[in-house]
Amino acid sequence: MDTRIDLRVDGEQRSLTVDTRTTLLDALRERLGVTSPKKGCDHGQCGSCTVLLDGRRATTCLALAVAHTGSEITTAAGLSDGDDLHPVARAFLDHDGLQCGYCTPGQICSAVGMLDEAKAGWPSLVTEHAEDSAALDESELDDEEIRERMSGNLCRCGAYTNIVTAIREASNGGNR
Amino acid sequence: MIPFDYQRADHAEGAVAAVGDRSGATFLGGGTNLVDHLKLGITEPELLIDITRLPFDAIDPLPDGGVRIGATVRNSDLAAEAIIRQRYPVLSQALLSGASGQLRNLATTGGNLLQRTRCPYFQDVTTPCNKREPGSGCSALNGYTRNHAILGASEHCVATHPSDMAVALAALDATVQVTGPNGQRGIPVTDLHRLPGDEPHRDTVLEHGELITSVDLPELPRSTRSRYRKVRDRASYAFALVSVAAVLEIEGDTVREARIALGGVAHKPWRASTAEQALRGAPTTEESFRSAAEAEIAQAQPLADNEFKLPMARNTLTATLRDLAGKESR
Repeated sequence: MDTRIDLRVDGEQRSLTVDTRTTLLDALRERLGVTSPKKGCDHGQCGSCTVLLDGRRATTCLALAVAHTGSEITTAAGLSDGDDLHPVARAFLDHDGLQCGYCTPGQICSAVGMLDEAKAGWPSLVTEHAEDSAALDESELDDEEIRERMSGNLCRCGAYTNIVTAIREASNGGNR
Repeated sequence: MIPFDYQRADHAEGAVAAVGDRSGATFLGGGTNLVDHLKLGITEPELLIDITRLPFDAIDPLPDGGVRIGATVRNSDLAAEAIIRQRYPVLSQALLSGASGQLRNLATTGGNLLQRTRCPYFQDVTTPCNKREPGSGCSALNGYTRNHAILGASEHCVATHPSDMAVALAALDATVQVTGPNGQRGIPVTDLHRLPGDEPHRDTVLEHGELITSVDLPELPRSTRSRYRKVRDRASYAFALVSVAAVLEIEGDTVREARIALGGVAHKPWRASTAEQALRGAPTTEESFRSAAEAEIAQAQPLADNEFKLPMARNTLTATLRDLAGKESR
Protein backbone atom coordinates (compact mmCIF):
# COMPACT_ATOMS: atom_id res chain seq x y z
CA MET A 1 0.00 0.00 0.00
CA ASP A 2 1.84 3.10 -1.22
CA THR A 3 1.68 6.32 0.77
CA ARG A 4 3.23 9.73 0.21
CA ILE A 5 5.31 10.99 3.14
CA ASP A 6 7.41 14.05 3.93
CA LEU A 7 10.54 14.05 6.05
CA ARG A 8 13.03 16.73 6.92
CA VAL A 9 16.41 14.99 6.87
CA ASP A 10 19.56 16.80 8.00
CA GLY A 11 17.91 20.11 7.23
CA GLU A 12 16.62 19.14 3.80
CA GLN A 13 12.96 18.66 2.94
CA ARG A 14 12.40 15.26 1.30
CA SER A 15 9.20 13.75 -0.12
CA LEU A 16 8.77 10.18 -1.23
CA THR A 17 6.22 7.45 -1.76
CA VAL A 18 6.71 4.42 0.44
CA ASP A 19 5.05 1.07 0.88
CA THR A 20 3.49 1.07 4.38
CA ARG A 21 5.86 -1.75 5.34
CA THR A 22 8.95 0.44 4.91
CA THR A 23 10.83 1.25 8.09
CA LEU A 24 12.24 4.69 8.67
CA LEU A 25 15.71 3.16 8.39
CA ASP A 26 15.02 1.63 4.98
CA ALA A 27 13.36 4.85 3.76
CA LEU A 28 16.50 6.78 4.72
CA ARG A 29 19.06 4.34 3.39
CA GLU A 30 17.41 2.63 0.44
CA ARG A 31 15.11 5.37 -0.81
CA LEU A 32 16.81 8.64 0.08
CA GLY A 33 20.45 7.54 -0.03
CA VAL A 34 21.06 8.72 3.53
CA THR A 35 23.50 6.03 4.64
CA SER A 36 24.78 7.51 7.87
CA PRO A 37 22.45 5.40 10.05
CA LYS A 38 23.52 1.76 9.73
CA LYS A 39 21.46 -1.39 9.59
CA GLY A 40 22.88 -3.74 12.20
CA CYS A 41 20.50 -6.20 13.86
CA ASP A 42 17.34 -4.65 12.32
CA HIS A 43 15.43 -5.61 15.50
CA GLY A 44 16.08 -2.69 17.83
CA GLN A 45 18.81 -4.45 19.75
CA CYS A 46 22.08 -2.90 18.58
CA GLY A 47 21.47 0.85 18.22
CA SER A 48 23.48 1.33 15.01
CA CYS A 49 20.42 2.84 13.25
CA THR A 50 19.99 5.55 15.90
CA VAL A 51 19.13 9.08 14.71
CA LEU A 52 17.65 12.12 16.39
CA LEU A 53 13.94 11.92 15.60
CA ASP A 54 12.24 15.23 16.35
CA GLY A 55 15.18 15.96 18.62
CA ARG A 56 15.22 12.68 20.54
CA ARG A 57 17.40 9.68 19.97
CA ALA A 58 15.50 6.75 18.49
CA THR A 59 16.18 3.52 16.66
CA THR A 60 14.82 3.75 13.13
CA CYS A 61 14.62 0.03 12.33
CA LEU A 62 11.45 -0.46 14.42
CA ALA A 63 9.77 2.76 13.31
CA LEU A 64 7.47 2.66 10.30
CA ALA A 65 8.25 5.51 7.91
CA VAL A 66 4.56 6.13 7.29
CA ALA A 67 3.99 6.75 11.01
CA HIS A 68 6.62 9.49 11.07
CA THR A 69 5.66 11.70 8.16
CA GLY A 70 6.34 15.34 9.02
CA SER A 71 9.23 14.39 11.30
CA GLU A 72 12.59 16.08 11.55
CA ILE A 73 15.50 13.67 11.39
CA THR A 74 19.13 14.40 12.17
CA THR A 75 21.71 11.76 11.37
CA ALA A 76 25.31 11.68 12.56
CA ALA A 77 26.34 13.17 9.20
CA GLY A 78 23.89 16.04 9.69
CA LEU A 79 25.27 16.88 13.13
CA SER A 80 28.47 18.19 11.62
CA ASP A 81 28.77 21.36 9.61
CA GLY A 82 30.80 20.21 6.62
CA ASP A 83 34.31 19.44 7.84
CA ASP A 84 33.56 21.13 11.13
CA LEU A 85 32.72 18.16 13.31
CA HIS A 86 30.17 18.14 16.11
CA PRO A 87 31.98 18.18 19.49
CA VAL A 88 30.86 14.61 20.21
CA ALA A 89 32.14 13.38 16.84
CA ARG A 90 35.40 15.29 17.42
CA ALA A 91 35.78 13.64 20.84
CA PHE A 92 35.26 10.19 19.28
CA LEU A 93 38.11 10.95 16.85
CA ASP A 94 40.39 12.43 19.50
CA HIS A 95 39.97 9.42 21.77
CA ASP A 96 39.86 6.75 19.08
CA GLY A 97 36.33 5.78 20.08
CA LEU A 98 35.81 3.76 16.92
CA GLN A 99 37.42 0.73 15.40
CA CYS A 100 35.62 -0.59 12.33
CA GLY A 101 33.34 2.46 12.59
CA TYR A 102 30.12 0.67 11.67
CA CYS A 103 28.31 1.46 14.93
CA THR A 104 29.82 4.96 15.19
CA PRO A 105 27.03 7.06 13.60
CA GLY A 106 24.52 5.44 15.95
CA GLN A 107 26.84 5.86 18.93
CA ILE A 108 27.32 9.54 18.15
CA CYS A 109 23.60 10.27 17.67
CA SER A 110 22.83 8.33 20.81
CA ALA A 111 25.49 10.23 22.78
CA VAL A 112 24.20 13.60 21.56
CA GLY A 113 20.62 12.65 22.47
CA MET A 114 21.73 11.20 25.78
CA LEU A 115 23.63 14.36 26.78
CA ASP A 116 20.51 16.41 26.05
CA GLU A 117 18.45 14.03 28.18
CA ALA A 118 20.92 14.36 31.06
CA LYS A 119 20.93 18.12 30.66
CA ALA A 120 17.13 18.11 30.96
CA GLY A 121 17.52 16.24 34.27
CA TRP A 122 16.29 12.88 33.01
CA PRO A 123 17.30 10.07 35.35
CA SER A 124 18.89 6.76 34.48
CA LEU A 125 18.69 3.60 36.55
CA VAL A 126 22.03 4.62 38.07
CA THR A 127 20.69 8.03 39.12
CA GLU A 128 17.44 6.59 40.35
CA HIS A 129 19.16 4.11 42.64
CA ALA A 130 21.70 6.60 43.95
CA GLU A 131 21.28 7.60 47.59
CA ASP A 132 20.79 11.23 46.62
CA SER A 133 18.93 11.30 43.34
CA ALA A 134 18.45 15.06 43.44
CA ALA A 135 18.93 17.21 40.38
CA LEU A 136 21.54 15.76 38.10
CA ASP A 137 24.29 18.01 36.85
CA GLU A 138 25.01 17.12 33.26
CA SER A 139 28.68 18.02 33.63
CA GLU A 140 29.00 15.36 36.32
CA LEU A 141 28.04 12.29 34.30
CA ASP A 142 30.40 9.65 35.60
CA ASP A 143 31.45 6.53 33.75
CA GLU A 144 28.75 4.43 35.37
CA GLU A 145 26.06 6.85 34.18
CA ILE A 146 27.55 7.01 30.68
CA ARG A 147 27.67 3.22 30.42
CA GLU A 148 24.08 2.79 31.62
CA ARG A 149 22.73 5.54 29.39
CA MET A 150 24.64 4.27 26.33
CA SER A 151 23.75 0.61 26.87
CA GLY A 152 21.40 0.62 23.86
CA ASN A 153 24.39 0.89 21.52
CA LEU A 154 26.46 -2.22 21.04
CA CYS A 155 29.97 -2.23 19.55
CA ARG A 156 31.25 -5.58 18.39
CA CYS A 157 34.82 -4.28 18.24
CA GLY A 158 34.56 -3.51 21.94
CA ALA A 159 35.68 0.11 21.64
CA TYR A 160 33.65 0.96 24.73
CA THR A 161 36.51 2.22 26.88
CA ASN A 162 37.38 4.97 24.44
CA ILE A 163 33.74 5.72 23.68
CA VAL A 164 33.17 6.34 27.39
CA THR A 165 36.21 8.61 27.52
CA ALA A 166 35.03 10.53 24.46
CA ILE A 167 31.56 11.05 25.85
CA ARG A 168 32.87 12.04 29.27
CA GLU A 169 35.00 14.70 27.63
CA ALA A 170 32.16 15.89 25.41
CA SER A 171 29.85 16.12 28.45
CA ASN A 172 32.41 18.28 30.22
CA GLY A 173 32.21 20.98 27.63
CA GLY A 174 33.14 19.56 24.25
CA ASN A 175 36.28 20.45 22.33
CA ARG A 176 39.27 20.44 24.56
CA MET B 1 5.49 -9.26 5.73
CA ILE B 2 2.10 -9.14 4.04
CA PRO B 3 0.93 -5.73 2.79
CA PHE B 4 -1.21 -3.72 5.20
CA ASP B 5 -3.19 -0.50 5.26
CA TYR B 6 -2.22 2.29 7.60
CA GLN B 7 -4.46 4.96 9.08
CA ARG B 8 -3.70 7.62 11.62
CA ALA B 9 -6.49 7.96 14.18
CA ASP B 10 -7.52 11.46 15.22
CA HIS B 11 -10.04 10.45 17.88
CA ALA B 12 -10.46 7.43 20.14
CA GLU B 13 -13.97 6.52 18.98
CA GLY B 14 -12.82 6.34 15.38
CA ALA B 15 -9.82 4.22 16.33
CA VAL B 16 -11.99 1.79 18.30
CA ALA B 17 -14.51 1.52 15.47
CA ALA B 18 -11.81 1.02 12.83
CA VAL B 19 -10.19 -1.85 14.72
CA GLY B 20 -13.45 -3.29 16.11
CA ASP B 21 -14.94 -3.59 12.65
CA ARG B 22 -12.11 -5.64 11.18
CA SER B 23 -10.69 -8.80 12.71
CA GLY B 24 -7.40 -8.19 10.90
CA ALA B 25 -6.93 -4.69 12.30
CA THR B 26 -4.77 -3.70 15.25
CA PHE B 27 -3.59 -0.58 17.06
CA LEU B 28 -0.09 0.78 16.48
CA GLY B 29 1.66 2.60 19.32
CA GLY B 30 5.40 3.21 19.40
CA GLY B 31 5.82 0.04 17.34
CA THR B 32 8.91 -1.23 19.13
CA ASN B 33 7.35 -4.68 19.60
CA LEU B 34 4.71 -4.78 16.85
CA VAL B 35 7.04 -3.80 13.99
CA ASP B 36 9.48 -6.45 15.16
CA HIS B 37 6.65 -8.99 15.00
CA LEU B 38 5.71 -7.86 11.50
CA LYS B 39 9.28 -8.51 10.41
CA LEU B 40 9.39 -11.90 12.10
CA GLY B 41 6.03 -12.95 10.65
CA ILE B 42 4.55 -13.50 14.12
CA THR B 43 1.53 -11.38 13.29
CA GLU B 44 -0.02 -10.41 9.96
CA PRO B 45 -2.49 -7.56 10.41
CA GLU B 46 -4.21 -6.13 7.33
CA LEU B 47 -4.76 -2.71 8.90
CA LEU B 48 -2.77 -0.66 11.42
CA ILE B 49 -4.53 2.15 13.27
CA ASP B 50 -1.85 4.51 14.54
CA ILE B 51 -3.01 5.87 17.89
CA THR B 52 0.14 7.83 18.81
CA ARG B 53 -1.43 11.21 17.94
CA LEU B 54 -4.49 10.70 20.14
CA PRO B 55 -4.76 13.13 23.06
CA PHE B 56 -3.57 10.60 25.63
CA ASP B 57 -0.06 11.98 26.09
CA ALA B 58 -0.40 13.72 29.45
CA ILE B 59 0.38 12.80 33.06
CA ASP B 60 -2.26 14.43 35.26
CA PRO B 61 -3.03 14.44 38.99
CA LEU B 62 -6.44 12.93 39.76
CA PRO B 63 -8.92 14.54 42.19
CA ASP B 64 -8.64 11.51 44.52
CA GLY B 65 -4.91 12.07 44.97
CA GLY B 66 -3.79 9.58 42.36
CA VAL B 67 -2.20 10.14 38.97
CA ARG B 68 -3.52 9.43 35.46
CA ILE B 69 -0.94 8.37 32.88
CA GLY B 70 -2.12 8.73 29.29
CA ALA B 71 -1.71 5.62 27.15
CA THR B 72 0.54 7.33 24.60
CA VAL B 73 2.94 8.82 27.16
CA ARG B 74 6.44 7.74 26.20
CA ASN B 75 8.30 5.50 28.63
CA SER B 76 11.17 8.00 28.84
CA ASP B 77 8.84 10.90 29.70
CA LEU B 78 7.05 8.87 32.33
CA ALA B 79 10.29 7.74 33.99
CA ALA B 80 11.53 11.34 34.16
CA GLU B 81 8.28 12.92 35.41
CA ALA B 82 8.86 14.52 38.81
CA ILE B 83 5.59 13.31 40.35
CA ILE B 84 6.41 9.72 39.37
CA ARG B 85 10.00 9.90 40.65
CA GLN B 86 8.90 11.41 43.94
CA ARG B 87 5.70 9.51 44.68
CA TYR B 88 6.10 6.26 42.75
CA PRO B 89 9.87 5.62 42.52
CA VAL B 90 9.22 1.91 41.90
CA LEU B 91 7.59 2.85 38.58
CA SER B 92 10.36 5.16 37.46
CA GLN B 93 12.96 2.52 38.35
CA ALA B 94 11.06 -0.20 36.51
CA LEU B 95 10.79 1.93 33.37
CA LEU B 96 14.48 2.81 33.49
CA SER B 97 15.29 -0.90 33.88
CA GLY B 98 13.58 -1.68 30.60
CA ALA B 99 15.00 -1.57 27.08
CA SER B 100 17.35 1.30 26.12
CA GLY B 101 17.21 5.08 25.93
CA GLN B 102 16.32 4.99 22.23
CA LEU B 103 13.51 2.48 22.69
CA ARG B 104 12.09 4.24 25.74
CA ASN B 105 11.79 7.38 23.60
CA LEU B 106 9.49 5.47 21.23
CA ALA B 107 7.64 3.05 23.52
CA THR B 108 4.29 4.03 25.03
CA THR B 109 2.53 3.20 28.29
CA GLY B 110 -0.28 1.27 26.59
CA GLY B 111 2.07 -0.51 24.22
CA ASN B 112 4.42 -1.51 27.00
CA LEU B 113 1.57 -3.29 28.79
CA LEU B 114 0.62 -5.14 25.61
CA GLN B 115 4.10 -6.23 24.55
CA ARG B 116 4.37 -9.96 24.06
CA THR B 117 6.67 -12.60 25.45
CA ARG B 118 10.28 -12.87 24.31
CA CYS B 119 10.11 -16.69 24.50
CA PRO B 120 12.46 -17.68 21.65
CA TYR B 121 10.05 -20.37 20.44
CA PHE B 122 7.23 -17.82 20.20
CA GLN B 123 9.53 -15.59 18.16
CA ASP B 124 10.68 -18.37 15.83
CA VAL B 125 7.84 -19.06 13.39
CA THR B 126 9.45 -22.34 12.29
CA THR B 127 8.72 -23.92 15.68
CA PRO B 128 5.38 -24.98 17.19
CA CYS B 129 4.00 -22.55 19.77
CA ASN B 130 0.53 -22.53 21.33
CA LYS B 131 0.72 -18.82 21.95
CA ARG B 132 1.48 -17.99 18.31
CA GLU B 133 -0.54 -20.77 16.74
CA PRO B 134 -3.15 -22.27 19.09
CA GLY B 135 -3.04 -26.06 19.27
CA SER B 136 0.36 -26.44 17.61
CA GLY B 137 2.17 -27.45 20.82
CA CYS B 138 4.81 -25.93 23.06
CA SER B 139 8.42 -26.17 21.92
CA ALA B 140 9.73 -24.71 25.15
CA LEU B 141 8.49 -27.61 27.28
CA ASN B 142 11.07 -29.95 25.77
CA GLY B 143 13.42 -27.16 24.82
CA TYR B 144 15.73 -24.78 26.64
CA THR B 145 13.79 -23.35 29.56
CA ARG B 146 16.30 -21.14 31.34
CA ASN B 147 14.22 -17.98 30.85
CA HIS B 148 10.81 -19.51 31.38
CA ALA B 149 8.15 -19.46 34.09
CA ILE B 150 8.33 -20.99 37.55
CA LEU B 151 4.88 -19.85 38.69
CA GLY B 152 1.41 -20.17 37.18
CA ALA B 153 2.46 -21.93 33.97
CA SER B 154 0.47 -24.68 32.26
CA GLU B 155 1.27 -27.66 30.06
CA HIS B 156 0.33 -25.45 27.11
CA CYS B 157 2.70 -22.55 27.75
CA VAL B 158 5.61 -21.68 30.04
CA ALA B 159 6.39 -18.23 28.63
CA THR B 160 7.00 -15.20 30.85
CA HIS B 161 5.66 -11.68 30.48
CA PRO B 162 8.53 -9.32 29.60
CA SER B 163 7.40 -5.90 30.87
CA ASP B 164 9.19 -4.30 33.82
CA MET B 165 6.69 -1.44 33.95
CA ALA B 166 3.76 -3.82 34.32
CA VAL B 167 5.36 -5.43 37.38
CA ALA B 168 5.61 -2.07 39.10
CA LEU B 169 2.03 -1.20 38.11
CA ALA B 170 0.81 -4.52 39.51
CA ALA B 171 2.44 -3.74 42.86
CA LEU B 172 0.98 -0.22 42.80
CA ASP B 173 -2.60 -1.49 42.32
CA ALA B 174 -2.90 0.58 39.14
CA THR B 175 -6.06 0.47 37.02
CA VAL B 176 -6.10 0.35 33.24
CA GLN B 177 -8.85 2.42 31.62
CA VAL B 178 -10.03 1.10 28.29
CA THR B 179 -12.60 2.12 25.73
CA GLY B 180 -14.05 -0.36 23.30
CA PRO B 181 -16.97 -1.28 21.09
CA ASN B 182 -19.04 -1.92 24.24
CA GLY B 183 -18.05 1.26 26.07
CA GLN B 184 -15.54 2.08 28.75
CA ARG B 185 -14.30 0.03 31.67
CA GLY B 186 -11.53 -0.01 34.24
CA ILE B 187 -9.43 -3.14 34.72
CA PRO B 188 -7.02 -3.59 37.64
CA VAL B 189 -3.56 -4.16 36.13
CA THR B 190 -3.35 -7.36 38.16
CA ASP B 191 -6.36 -8.66 36.18
CA LEU B 192 -5.27 -7.38 32.76
CA HIS B 193 -2.83 -10.16 31.93
CA ARG B 194 -3.85 -13.83 31.99
CA LEU B 195 -2.19 -17.00 33.12
CA PRO B 196 -1.82 -19.31 30.12
CA GLY B 197 -4.22 -22.13 31.04
CA ASP B 198 -5.34 -23.76 27.80
CA GLU B 199 -5.56 -20.44 25.92
CA PRO B 200 -2.04 -19.04 25.99
CA HIS B 201 -2.64 -17.11 22.76
CA ARG B 202 -4.78 -14.69 24.80
CA ASP B 203 -2.27 -12.52 26.67
CA THR B 204 -4.86 -10.23 28.26
CA VAL B 205 -8.57 -9.97 29.04
CA LEU B 206 -8.99 -7.21 26.45
CA GLU B 207 -11.58 -7.85 23.73
CA HIS B 208 -10.78 -7.12 20.10
CA GLY B 209 -11.07 -3.38 19.51
CA GLU B 210 -10.58 -2.37 23.14
CA LEU B 211 -8.12 0.50 23.40
CA ILE B 212 -6.14 1.40 26.51
CA THR B 213 -6.63 5.13 27.12
CA SER B 214 -4.85 5.58 30.45
CA VAL B 215 -3.32 3.91 33.47
CA ASP B 216 -4.46 5.31 36.81
CA LEU B 217 -2.28 5.16 39.91
CA PRO B 218 -3.95 5.31 43.33
CA GLU B 219 -2.72 7.73 45.94
CA LEU B 220 -0.22 6.13 48.30
CA PRO B 221 0.05 6.96 52.01
CA ARG B 222 2.99 9.24 52.69
CA SER B 223 4.65 6.54 54.77
CA THR B 224 4.97 4.32 51.70
CA ARG B 225 8.35 3.37 50.33
CA SER B 226 8.89 1.47 47.11
CA ARG B 227 11.58 -0.07 45.00
CA TYR B 228 12.13 -2.07 41.81
CA ARG B 229 15.00 -4.50 41.69
CA LYS B 230 15.89 -6.45 38.57
CA VAL B 231 18.30 -9.36 38.09
CA ARG B 232 19.53 -10.09 34.58
CA ASP B 233 22.41 -11.59 32.65
CA ARG B 234 24.15 -8.26 32.05
CA ALA B 235 24.19 -4.95 33.89
CA SER B 236 21.78 -3.22 31.54
CA TYR B 237 19.53 -3.65 28.50
CA ALA B 238 18.33 -7.21 29.07
CA PHE B 239 15.07 -8.80 30.14
CA ALA B 240 14.65 -9.89 33.75
CA LEU B 241 15.55 -13.33 34.94
CA VAL B 242 13.75 -12.28 38.10
CA SER B 243 12.52 -8.87 39.20
CA VAL B 244 10.78 -7.54 42.29
CA ALA B 245 8.52 -4.51 42.69
CA ALA B 246 7.84 -3.88 46.37
CA VAL B 247 5.66 -1.21 47.95
CA LEU B 248 5.82 -1.15 51.75
CA GLU B 249 4.25 0.84 54.55
CA ILE B 250 6.34 0.53 57.67
CA GLU B 251 5.33 1.77 61.11
CA GLY B 252 8.13 1.70 63.63
CA ASP B 253 9.58 -1.80 63.37
CA THR B 254 6.46 -3.35 61.86
CA VAL B 255 5.25 -3.85 58.30
CA ARG B 256 1.81 -2.28 58.10
CA GLU B 257 1.07 -3.04 54.44
CA ALA B 258 2.98 -4.81 51.70
CA ARG B 259 2.27 -4.93 47.99
CA ILE B 260 4.67 -7.01 45.97
CA ALA B 261 4.87 -8.22 42.38
CA LEU B 262 7.47 -10.41 40.71
CA GLY B 263 8.63 -10.25 37.09
CA GLY B 264 10.38 -12.80 34.90
CA VAL B 265 8.72 -15.69 36.71
CA ALA B 266 5.23 -16.04 35.24
CA HIS B 267 2.98 -15.47 32.24
CA LYS B 268 1.86 -12.22 33.89
CA PRO B 269 3.24 -9.85 36.53
CA TRP B 270 3.01 -12.15 39.55
CA ARG B 271 1.33 -10.57 42.53
CA ALA B 272 3.02 -12.17 45.54
CA SER B 273 -0.06 -12.35 47.75
CA THR B 274 1.31 -15.15 49.94
CA ALA B 275 4.35 -13.08 50.83
CA GLU B 276 2.18 -9.99 51.33
CA GLN B 277 -0.02 -11.83 53.79
CA ALA B 278 2.99 -13.14 55.69
CA LEU B 279 4.42 -9.63 55.93
CA ARG B 280 1.37 -7.75 57.20
CA GLY B 281 2.03 -7.03 60.86
CA ALA B 282 5.41 -8.78 60.76
CA PRO B 283 8.56 -7.25 62.25
CA THR B 284 10.98 -5.62 59.81
CA THR B 285 13.62 -8.26 60.33
CA GLU B 286 15.70 -10.32 57.94
CA GLU B 287 13.98 -13.45 59.30
CA SER B 288 10.45 -12.31 58.56
CA PHE B 289 11.43 -11.02 55.10
CA ARG B 290 13.11 -14.32 54.28
CA SER B 291 10.26 -16.41 55.53
CA ALA B 292 7.73 -14.36 53.53
CA ALA B 293 9.83 -14.83 50.40
CA GLU B 294 10.14 -18.55 51.10
CA ALA B 295 6.38 -18.88 51.53
CA GLU B 296 5.81 -17.27 48.13
CA ILE B 297 8.40 -19.30 46.27
CA ALA B 298 7.26 -22.56 47.91
CA GLN B 299 4.52 -22.68 45.23
CA ALA B 300 7.00 -22.49 42.38
CA GLN B 301 7.47 -25.35 39.93
CA PRO B 302 10.77 -25.00 38.11
CA LEU B 303 11.47 -26.42 34.67
CA ALA B 304 14.55 -28.38 33.59
CA ASP B 305 16.83 -25.35 33.14
CA ASN B 306 15.51 -22.73 35.53
CA GLU B 307 15.71 -24.15 39.02
CA PHE B 308 18.18 -21.33 39.72
CA LYS B 309 15.26 -18.90 39.64
CA LEU B 310 13.93 -20.23 42.95
CA PRO B 311 16.80 -19.07 45.18
CA MET B 312 17.21 -16.04 42.91
CA ALA B 313 13.59 -14.97 43.44
CA ARG B 314 13.76 -15.71 47.18
CA ASN B 315 16.97 -13.77 47.63
CA THR B 316 15.98 -10.85 45.42
CA LEU B 317 12.68 -10.45 47.24
CA THR B 318 14.37 -10.68 50.64
CA ALA B 319 17.05 -8.17 49.66
CA THR B 320 14.50 -5.73 48.24
CA LEU B 321 12.46 -5.81 51.45
CA ARG B 322 15.60 -5.38 53.54
CA ASP B 323 16.62 -2.36 51.42
CA LEU B 324 13.22 -0.79 51.85
CA ALA B 325 13.15 -1.35 55.61
CA GLY B 326 16.40 0.58 55.89
CA LYS B 327 15.19 3.47 53.73
CA GLU B 328 13.35 6.69 54.35
CA SER B 329 9.73 6.89 53.24
CA ARG B 330 9.19 7.12 49.46
